Amino acid sequence: MSNPALKTSDPSSPDDPQQHDDAAGYYVPGDPIADTKAPGGPVEDKWDTRQFEARIVNPANRRKVSVIMVGTGLAGGSAAATLGEAGYQVKTFCYQDSPRRAHSIAAQGGINAAKNYKGDGDSVHRLFYDTIKGGDYRSRETNVFRLAQVSTNIIDQCVAQGVPFAREYGGLLDNRSFGGVQVSRTFYARGQTGQQLLLGAYQALERQIGAGTVQQYSRHEMVELVVVDGRARGVIVRDMVTGELETHLADVVVLASGGYGNVFFLSTNAMGCNVTATWRAHRKGAYMANPCYTQIHPTCIPVSGAHQSKLTLMSESLRNDGRIWVPKDAKDADKDPREIAEDDRDYYLERIYPSFGNLVPRDIASRQAKNMCDEGRGVGPEVEGVRRGVYLDFSEAIERLGRPAIESKYGNLFDMYARITGEDPYEVPMRIYPAVHYVMGGLWVDYDLQSTIPGLFVAGEANFSDHGANRLGASALMQGLADGYFVLPNTIRDYLADSPFEKIEESHPAVVEARESAEARINHFLSNKGTRSVDSYHRELGNIMWEYCGMERTEDGLKKAIDLIRTLKDDFWRNVKVLGTGDGVNQSLEKAGRVADFFELGELMCIDALNRRESCGGHFRGESQTEDGEALRHDDQYAYVAAWEWAGEGEKPVLHKEDLVYEAVKMAARSYK
Amino acid sequence: MKLTLKIWRQAGPQAEGGIRTYDVDEISEDMSFLEMLDVLNEQLINDDEEPIVFDHDCREGICGSCDLMINGEAHGPEVTTTCQLHMRSFRDGETITVEPWRAAAFPIIKDLMVDRSAFDRIIARGGFVSVNTGAAPDAHATPVPKENADRAFDVATCIGCGACVAACPNGSASLFLGAKITHLGELPQGQAERDTRVASMVAQHDHEGFGGCTNIGECTSACPKGIPLDVISQLNKDLRTAIRHGH
Amino acid sequence: MVGVATATLVKNSRSTRSTIALKLLMAVTGLVFIGYVLAHMYGNLKAFAGHDSFNEYAEHLRTLGEPLLPYSGLLWVIRVVLLVSLALHVYAAVTLWRRAQTARGGTKYVVKKNKHSSFSSHLMRWGGVTLLLFIVWHLLNFTVGKVNVTGGATNDPFNLMVDSFSVWWLTLIYLVAMFMLGTHLHHGVWSAGQTLGFTNSARQRLVWKRAGLVVAVVVAGGFSLVPLGVLTGVISK
Ligand SMILES: Cc1cc2nc3c(=O)[nH]c(=O)nc-3n(C[C@H](O)[C@H](O)[C@H](O)COP(=O)(O)OP(=O)(O)OC[C@H]3O[C@@H](n4cnc5c(N)ncnc54)[C@H](O)[C@@H]3O)c2cc1C
Ligand code: HEM
Ligand code: HEM
Ligand code: SF4
Ligand code: F3S
Ligand code: FES
Repeated sequence: MSNPALKTSDPSSPDDPQQHDDAAGYYVPGDPIADTKAPGGPVEDKWDTRQFEARIVNPANRRKVSVIMVGTGLAGGSAAATLGEAGYQVKTFCYQDSPRRAHSIAAQGGINAAKNYKGDGDSVHRLFYDTIKGGDYRSRETNVFRLAQVSTNIIDQCVAQGVPFAREYGGLLDNRSFGGVQVSRTFYARGQTGQQLLLGAYQALERQIGAGTVQQYSRHEMVELVVVDGRARGVIVRDMVTGELETHLADVVVLASGGYGNVFFLSTNAMGCNVTATWRAHRKGAYMANPCYTQIHPTCIPVSGAHQSKLTLMSESLRNDGRIWVPKDAKDADKDPREIAEDDRDYYLERIYPSFGNLVPRDIASRQAKNMCDEGRGVGPEVEGVRRGVYLDFSEAIERLGRPAIESKYGNLFDMYARITGEDPYEVPMRIYPAVHYVMGGLWVDYDLQSTIPGLFVAGEANFSDHGANRLGASALMQGLADGYFVLPNTIRDYLADSPFEKIEESHPAVVEARESAEARINHFLSNKGTRSVDSYHRELGNIMWEYCGMERTEDGLKKAIDLIRTLKDDFWRNVKVLGTGDGVNQSLEKAGRVADFFELGELMCIDALNRRESCGGHFRGESQTEDGEALRHDDQYAYVAAWEWAGEGEKPVLHKEDLVYEAVKMAARSYK
Repeated sequence: MKLTLKIWRQAGPQAEGGIRTYDVDEISEDMSFLEMLDVLNEQLINDDEEPIVFDHDCREGICGSCDLMINGEAHGPEVTTTCQLHMRSFRDGETITVEPWRAAAFPIIKDLMVDRSAFDRIIARGGFVSVNTGAAPDAHATPVPKENADRAFDVATCIGCGACVAACPNGSASLFLGAKITHLGELPQGQAERDTRVASMVAQHDHEGFGGCTNIGECTSACPKGIPLDVISQLNKDLRTAIRHGH
Repeated sequence: MVGVATATLVKNSRSTRSTIALKLLMAVTGLVFIGYVLAHMYGNLKAFAGHDSFNEYAEHLRTLGEPLLPYSGLLWVIRVVLLVSLALHVYAAVTLWRRAQTARGGTKYVVKKNKHSSFSSHLMRWGGVTLLLFIVWHLLNFTVGKVNVTGGATNDPFNLMVDSFSVWWLTLIYLVAMFMLGTHLHHGVWSAGQTLGFTNSARQRLVWKRAGLVVAVVVAGGFSLVPLGVLTGVISK
């Protein structure tokens, strides 16, 4: 077989990769960790039991209990609104100028829920099972079951808020199937589901702001966590308009700050997405779980030039009718595709995976596209010496079904493509390339969504969500809203039942320390008379991550990446150039803080990837694949959550393993045959 | 492409602002307008000049952060957001004037960045359905005719960018306001609060210092989401009804 | 202000005090004007039927409603309605104008283009001012002052009119005013429909915009026929 993905694979080799720890020397083994909050009993009953057992704060006392919510996307917005309704005193923070602009707004496809409105055999159990399997058996059973259970309430809640989901002529809600599952359980609002859900949560939040239970701080970025006597008690935020560092103290802190896909520089994430909120918490004692689990989406619009700032996703549904190919001969790469004869085209997915063809799962489609381009057979403009793109050709479908049929199915996607690329996809084949899209890793949390720092809760994409090693389409929105509307408000009260906690002053040494460290960082950037812009470092870091910790990871590559990152990080601290002052808007300064944290995260991601010498879900280790290039999991050795503890500046991180125990489902190989 | 850029620079909310002229070269047609500004900013940083501040986030046309007045047109010459405007819409050698949204209710923060929090406050005064979490009936309890659901969706796509205000000769936010009134007014869930919603949202709109609408229609031409003028008519109608009901 | 959004939420304001209420006032009074000018224009066309028929019509206006109303009774009702409408219309116009001025903010755009809005819509305010000046002059001319610039008699409406329009610059003033009236109505009719909430779909919008055009052409055109008639000699003493 000419599949280049196999080149590095040699499972029969005497020094079988599974025998030794690639990451030895990069980390320190620590004690195992386990979730202690999920109650006993059958998985179906756990959530009811937990809700009943979790103590309640007397309504009369709630006014005295204060909550800090960092992030007002789907997860944070919905949680803040619900906690405000309950009567707590809530403060919300977000870096955008309004909560309505959180990155959740960009989600297109839809949101899953086990409503079984189609009567096609869906159920909580089936959604649970699909999610576990989709996550390649690397998620925690109890959490996932609960997610499936509350999914139905989400739809009720959103409809009552006025979210305009798509409807059928009879006036009832419409569903579609999504992401290769066998039932239609995805609710959607055209291609803008995330927007409509977020606006629903945002409006609920603004309602509480109007009612005075929630105070909103927009354009405020969290730059440090305040931990007093082992409990999370507040945050240091920078007012991005005045530049002032503010201290906000409370009884509990919730982080719902989204994902960190921007460590790759180019991704489908919004420009401001960052790891700072969670990373600062990590440095204060919150464990970071499975940081290397990244989802790469195969159908994005390729990079057009060296100045590209972000990538745009196009719905995966395009692969239903489009055929993917590259020229057989690298010399044809810059030819007009319409002039390349049928015989000179390589429909590589159809060739390599005759049974699945163009519909192979996301990770395989992505990886093969990369291989083609690495071989020099990529198409489209040359960016830094390589053409990164493959054709997604609709000419056959247009001939077979007629242009109007294609227009009605994909019209808006074709228009978007045309607007961005300036090419007409009805005439010339589209070009696509994979891009980083979502991170499954995040802060470790227990069943209550509490991190390893008491009083620090984490919701949404920011926690090491319920998606294991791979997320199914339309499940992130579900998880964000499940966490925010239904889970967190019910679990946090158990913690708050012991509050109000002792009042702390801004002069408390722990507060002063947090504030001063934030100040010192800012001052360093402003006074460092370097020569290179923040963006240029970010771009270079992103290239390293993409190259070595992207679609395919190998031992050598990851080790090389760690070295490169460390060198670049040193250079960044010595040589970065941030102009302007700290007492007003300074976007370079904001970026510098974020990129500084991305360096540390990037290194940990590589170490995590190095440790996990198996392929599972979005994590593909070149050393661990079957003969035909499919991911090879090693349940005997890696059926654990890797929870990393920060050990201090320049110290090796400590790895705590949480064993994944499956009672309700049996582990099985994820197969596409 | 080679371009001359005339850009509004203003150091802070209180500072005096003015147009500065910059030249950029080797701009590719495939760049978005914001990527072109990224290039300029890198150039400025190299020359030890502070980069230009502008709002942006998703760069995908959906978050509503980006907001530039380009050659006198909100979001530039195409019907789209600034981030989705590409340089192929301009000619080599062209001079492009870039200004912030201007409206009393959108004070300038710095350079091209303005404060649009007035929009949040308008929503906070009624742009919602009062339903507490967990109190919702089953989603299928109330069918919604597809026609209404579709109209609600069409106008719910407003991204809150503020181009309507920027383009309106009266500095009115009627299109934004009307979009939310129409969205919730089309749905059965929005009926109970229909009168109070329009009454208090209009009051907040006026209180923020937006102007009254005289049906000029520049707003809808500038709207990247094509929110139609009917929403303003709907808004007026709803307010008229609210007045009739004693609000 | 950027930080805590709750700071400036308004409480308990009345919808009758809103900008939209002012607009409703303008629309209603505007529609009254439209009704009036349509009727007035129709009456003026009697000039083509000759001296007597026109004067009879003027007299008829005064006897209308008798004996229920005294002589000139209905006319006075109309006058009062018109005057009150005018006051309200102008008051609302001035208030909204000033409000818009502030809302636009202190600094003007260096470059500003209008995309699809009509010429008429931008002329409303200055058009209104022109109309106000015109009405003042017009009343001096024909009703209150009965000024005959040719120095002729003023007690015969028909003759006063023919005298007036035989002066070229007076005719010009009228024609300019009628142009302004046309544009005011072109936008005003559709605008009133929109303000009153009658244009909730693209189709209704089109209907009202067309109506605006028709009313504008008919009214401005109809009024202009008389001075043009005099000028060309079709109407004469
Ligand atoms: C293009 C695209 C399409 C997608 N499509 C789908 C889909 O169809 N279905 C699906 O289920 N999922 C989809 N996803 C994934 C899904 O949208 C996200 O995972 C989810 O919305 C994350 O929600 P969140 O609330 O956790 O975070 P976000 O929405 O990212 O919100 C983060 C919040 O935290 C704030 N914040 C961040 N850092 C700081 C800081 N340092 N200080 C203060 N505030 C901070 C931000 O301001 C923001 O308010 C898609 C994602 C992308 C990128
Ligand atoms: C006397 C001086 C007048 C002034 C200062 C004036 C001014 C204005 C202004 C500023 C508007 C609002 C602009 C808009 O809505 O786009 C307006 C609207 C209107 N005017 Fe006038 N106008 C005057 C006289 C008239 C007359 C004589 C008529 C009719 C013959 C008239 C009919 C209308 C109509 C129908 C509207 C539309 C109402 C609406 O927008 O809802 N106006 N006028
Ligand atoms: C060419 C156009 C016009 C001509 C020839 C004309 C002619 C006249 C005449 C002859 C009268 C006196 C009638 C009488 O006293 O019986 C009159 C009165 C009047 N006209 Fe006109 N007119 C014209 C346009 C207008 C317009 C455009 C308006 C309003 C915008 C207007 C408003 C009035 C009013 C308010 C009166 C006073 C009615 C009263 O109270 O007696 N006219 N006009
Ligand atoms: S109505 Fe249109 S222009 Fe106005 S804020 Fe909404 S999307 Fe922007
Ligand atoms: S441009 Fe302005 S005047 Fe009204 S119709 Fe639009 S808000
Ligand atoms: S940056 Fe989000 S809409 Fe332009």
